Amino acid sequence: MTATVLVALSVFGACSVEMVEALTIVMAAGFTRGWRSALEGAALAVVCLAILVAALGPALVHFIPINVLRLVVGSLLLALGLQWLRKALLRASGYRAKHDEDAIYRREVERLAGVPRASTGRDATGFVISFKGVFLEGMEVVMIVLTLGLSSGRLLVSTAAAAAAVVVIGGIGVLVARQLSEVPENAMKLGVGLMLVTFGTFWAGEGAGISWPGADLALLILIALYGAVALLAYALLERGRGQTVGAGAA
Amino acid sequence: MSLRRGLHTFGRFWWDFIIGDTPELALGVAVIVLGGWLLAKSSAALAVGLVPLGVILLLLVSLRRGARAG
Repeated sequence: MTATVLVALSVFGACSVEMVEALTIVMAAGFTRGWRSALEGAALAVVCLAILVAALGPALVHFIPINVLRLVVGSLLLALGLQWLRKALLRASGYRAKHDEDAIYRREVERLAGVPRASTGRDATGFVISFKGVFLEGMEVVMIVLTLGLSSGRLLVSTAAAAAAVVVIGGIGVLVARQLSEVPENAMKLGVGLMLVTFGTFWAGEGAGISWPGADLALLILIALYGAVALLAYALLERGRGQTVGAGAA
Repeated sequence: MSLRRGLHTFGRFWWDFIIGDTPELALGVAVIVLGGWLLAKSSAALAVGLVPLGVILLLLVSLRRGARAG
């Protein structure tokens, strides 16, 4: 039960973060090149990603022993989770610029508006930009859906959580139109990073032959431990940033 | 030509996905997992404690590197 909820939350969060980025590109393509082409490109990308999950998921489970799968997948999750956590903490403490969806949107609109378009029919530029944006951002989601789903034996839960995120974030995108910068993307990235690091540690450990005390309950202990460390690291980074800024001003 | 380009794109995706601009994290994860595997054979209890500790140290080292670079 614990693992199921955490898997669903992790995939939903990861998919939401990537969806915000993809949606910015689709919006830019839609407003400048026409909605039909942009939405068709996005829909085709979602179909391709779903086919990838459906094709790779069962094949990987069938051919690779579960312990090897957990070792490899756990290591991948750990590396990816640490990257997300690091980036989110550096952004939150001001060491790196935050992901600015408004700036990305403006840049895309400017770029797309300069490309000549066909007078009738589907706009190839809008279609391709939209397809590429959704497909490339979605590949990371596919990896997370597959790795979390396969290691936990909950591929359906994982896929359903990703689909739910597509619907929810897509719906928000339609409702708020271009206000994607309002989505707390960095906080979501931090939360998802924490969960990916937790699952990565747990499954890489199990794959390596470690038996975690309390089985799935160890996930809660690990997430609490990593959460406390992330808070401490954030405080230290903030303090260091304050001292640097203070020294610069003096 | 398109096969070569496809392979290049595929390789680039995995490189960005696993290594990106933080090679120390990829290397650190490999060391932690290998260390955990070796430790689990001799002292499972020690591995339970040391693997998360290794992850925490790796995060802090990488954050320090990122803060200095930023």
